[in-house]
Amino acid sequence: MSIAGINAPARPVDRIPLLAAVVTLCLAATFFASVAIGAVSLSLGDVLYAIVSRFSSAPLTPDQALNEAVVWDLRLARVLTAMIVGASLATCGAAMQGLFGNPLADPGIVGVSSGASLGAIMVVVLQISTFGMWTLPIGAFLAGTGTTFIIYALARPGQEGGDNSKLLLVGIAVNAIGGALAGYLTYLATMEQLQSLTFWSMGSLSSARWITVSISAPLAIVGIGLLYHWSRPLDLLALGERQARHLGVDVTILRRKLIFVTALLVAAAVSFNGTIGFVGLVIPHLFRLMIGPAHRLLIPFSAAGGALLVMLADLAARTLDPPSEVPIGVIMGSLGGPFFLWMIYRSRKFGIAQT
Amino acid sequence: MITVDDVTVTIEGRNLLENVSTVCLPGTLTALVGPNGAGKSTLLSVIAGDRKGSRGSVALASHDVTSYSVRDLAQTRSVFPQGSVIRFGYSVEEVVAMGRAFRDLPPDDDKRAVHDAMLASEIDHMALRNAQTLSGGEQARTTFARVVVQATPIVLLDEPTAALDLRHQEKVLAAARDMAQAGATVVAVLHDLNLAAAYADKIVLLENGKVAADGTPWEVLRQDLIETVYRQNVRILEHPVRGCPVVLTT
Repeated sequence: MSIAGINAPARPVDRIPLLAAVVTLCLAATFFASVAIGAVSLSLGDVLYAIVSRFSSAPLTPDQALNEAVVWDLRLARVLTAMIVGASLATCGAAMQGLFGNPLADPGIVGVSSGASLGAIMVVVLQISTFGMWTLPIGAFLAGTGTTFIIYALARPGQEGGDNSKLLLVGIAVNAIGGALAGYLTYLATMEQLQSLTFWSMGSLSSARWITVSISAPLAIVGIGLLYHWSRPLDLLALGERQARHLGVDVTILRRKLIFVTALLVAAAVSFNGTIGFVGLVIPHLFRLMIGPAHRLLIPFSAAGGALLVMLADLAARTLDPPSEVPIGVIMGSLGGPFFLWMIYRSRKFGIAQT
Repeated sequence: MITVDDVTVTIEGRNLLENVSTVCLPGTLTALVGPNGAGKSTLLSVIAGDRKGSRGSVALASHDVTSYSVRDLAQTRSVFPQGSVIRFGYSVEEVVAMGRAFRDLPPDDDKRAVHDAMLASEIDHMALRNAQTLSGGEQARTTFARVVVQATPIVLLDEPTAALDLRHQEKVLAAARDMAQAGATVVAVLHDLNLAAAYADKIVLLENGKVAADGTPWEVLRQDLIETVYRQNVRILEHPVRGCPVVLTT
């Protein structure tokens, strides 16, 4: 698409279709690898047969029946959860970075993650069990979304001046109060409680079940769809709130919508699986270096990249030290950190401006 | 058409603007001039709908500016702001195209409009450059192209020439005058009185938030008036080519 005149510089070859193909291939390969590899390792044929056999009535040999059970009851729900969590966190990270105009923003910037942590700590330490086995995720979800709404209500951005910076400052204050409360509760906790808290705070997808997938999948699909739908106004925010308004973006309403969707998606992701950091911060940044900052591409690529990273990290978490599991947070940092460093240095070498 | 009616803006007990009234007609370019702190940018931001006056009213195309939705306002007026920043590495072309993002115009014309505006601002050769790497003047020309692309009946420019070299100062103001001649109502805050004299149909001179003079360049740029308002000795000559007034400091 050449729209500039004779004077115009030659357009570089569009690498985006190639990158999209590579990412899709990696996603598919990792998906099948994640389903196949584990305590019982299966061949690709076994996996495909097991997936299909659920829908046919053909009689199965005992081996095939076992494979089917492993694939459907143990692996698939977990792999899908990894994809949902990764895609949600990465797209919300992209949206928050766009909203705050800061590549250091992460999905927890408006208090969701720290609120959810506080909720989980309260449930464990105060031994609340109102909802049985669902108490912890429900408590974390309510506290996570609740914290965001408290921060938003206190900052009331858009009422007059201030706006984003006020939201950040109120967020810092509320997070400090919540952190102190969480610290006090942790101090009260017994050894056993401490162990389960530590486990939650480092994240694990081991609680993934079909029921959690069926709750979080529709939420994630609708939420990510909405973020994608808002990609054009997100682009305009790069000019600052005032200029975005000049160009027709109602920043107050856009901010409210973005924060609402982010709070729901992130709370859903972390309340079942514990805090999983890094994805939301790094994946959008990574793709911004590769495909540029326009959100129409950045949001879908972040969704795919986040899904890929969390699937890989969970695969490593399950298989590095069987039969126990390494916390996914540990994997994520040790896998993602060096890769991110490499990307930063590579982009500097090629003269791509830091975003 | 812009109607400013008796606008006062008070902040912390201080009047940034005091009983300011003026009318800007379609097809004209109005220059807002005055010393630092006279209230030029404040007046422009009240007209743009960024800020509400404490008293008085502003009407854009005979509707009160506060009655517009954000989206409708973007159909009506475009703004060249002071101190433009861009976060993240959008290309120059992407930034210019942002002027069209929420404009209710046929999207088929977007490419042509962006192309023409970049040619006119002489930024077409850097269309693919990261807008964060531009110099101040290049950035101002990019922002100006964005304003042109928005193609609104009212155009508000806050010091559009501040960062520009001689050639581009003239080019930008000539483009602003062309927009006016095509029917737009153009208002520009200018520091350079000679640019205002050369391009404006009307000059509004502000002093301490009040209108000190409002008229054609020859009516406003009078030696006694400029010397009082700017507290600086000047001589007014006639431009040998353009026939407009020229202000020289002495």
